[in-house]
Amino acid sequence: MDHAAISLADLPLDELIVCPQCDATYRLRRPGHGERAVCSRCHTTLINHRRNAGLQIIAVSVAVLVLIIGATIFPFLRIDAAGTSNAVSVLDAALAFGGPMILLSLATAALIVFIPLLRVVLTLYVLIPIVLDRPPARHAVPAFRLSEGLKPWSMAEVFAIGCAVALVKVADLADVEFGPAFYMFGALVVLVIAQDRFLCKWSVWHSLEHPKKS
Amino acid sequence: MVGMALTGTPEKIVSARELGIVACTRCTKPWPMGTRTCGRCGHRLVSRDRLSLQRVWAFWTVGLMCYIPANIYPMLKTRTLFQVDESTIIGGAVELAQYGNWGIAFIILFASVAIPLGKFFAVAYLALSVQRGWATSQRQRQYLYEVVEYIGRWSMIDIFVVAILSSLVQLKTLASINPGAASIFFALSVIFTMLAAQAFDSRMIWDAHAKDEGPNRND
Repeated sequence: MDHAAISLADLPLDELIVCPQCDATYRLRRPGHGERAVCSRCHTTLINHRRNAGLQIIAVSVAVLVLIIGATIFPFLRIDAAGTSNAVSVLDAALAFGGPMILLSLATAALIVFIPLLRVVLTLYVLIPIVLDRPPARHAVPAFRLSEGLKPWSMAEVFAIGCAVALVKVADLADVEFGPAFYMFGALVVLVIAQDRFLCKWSVWHSLEHPKKS
Repeated sequence: MVGMALTGTPEKIVSARELGIVACTRCTKPWPMGTRTCGRCGHRLVSRDRLSLQRVWAFWTVGLMCYIPANIYPMLKTRTLFQVDESTIIGGAVELAQYGNWGIAFIILFASVAIPLGKFFAVAYLALSVQRGWATSQRQRQYLYEVVEYIGRWSMIDIFVVAILSSLVQLKTLASINPGAASIFFALSVIFTMLAAQAFDSRMIWDAHAKDEGPNRND
């Protein structure tokens, strides 16, 4: 129909990139370091090319792993009122829905602890061989696919903001002390956001498809 | 770091479908039309998922059905020395406002009432606009879709607040807070709205009018 369509149609599929949000097709041109390739129609980021992104993500992921484990084990919040006190961990909070609502407890525990944990482990499993220029790990493809699919269900940072809201509500009622886990969760929010910003899906899939043979 | 277009001619955008290509929505790899599963990541390939609208409406309906009991039943059961207080989402906010906490009352009403209702309207609007072929701005609809997808998970904040409060405030005879029946309905409502938003195939926003409009329409 028009010139652009004909030239794109003649290109081999390897030289095309398609926006997953709006289906616009472009000729693949890899951006330089520190640049992003953005769909000019819907502004979805297609490629986010950062120098040493792999190493940065691994570093952040290890930190997130340590923080999730730490935040789950250490005491999280402690409340004092008229001589009575109560300290809880993150898992206590997740398991607050007892009796008939036990399913909600399990879902909450999964959303704030286990899914974020699983995603970090999967990310490390997939990325470490790629960064070390080794062949991809066994089952790296389904592992990364699962990790991407779980992304919307990983809610550690939502939980952290929930803490802030809960504290405002309790502050009038009693004195609240922050445990070490509280600060760990605070740091976690920042790191989880950084992790998502650094990760370029396109580059990971490309590396999984064309492993370096060294 | 400046965003850049991949082609020099942004006014001539061609969709993969028009080129006879089907792209993987998970890993973005292009394949010839008719390929069933992505050879790179194993995801199912569909050029335009027309059935997705049925899934959107199904999840949307269940989400809305769960949202009604979420507002009727109590969200929190607060027991203090002298009284037991069961408050619904709106009731709790009204109570806070009566005590003068207008700011928090507003935040709660905004996060638990305005945002969920807004999401129901937004998803319905997006699905109808694709089904009926409404000629509203494609870029705005794409933006709306991204906002709905982004905001979806943040609605779980209510559930987490209830979880934190009811595990923390357990002060023997003095005071205790326990979750009410509304919490499970609210959680289900959030989850089903998220599933509805995920089921929506945003590529359909962009080709509703691709045929009868000139190539310059896209801007």
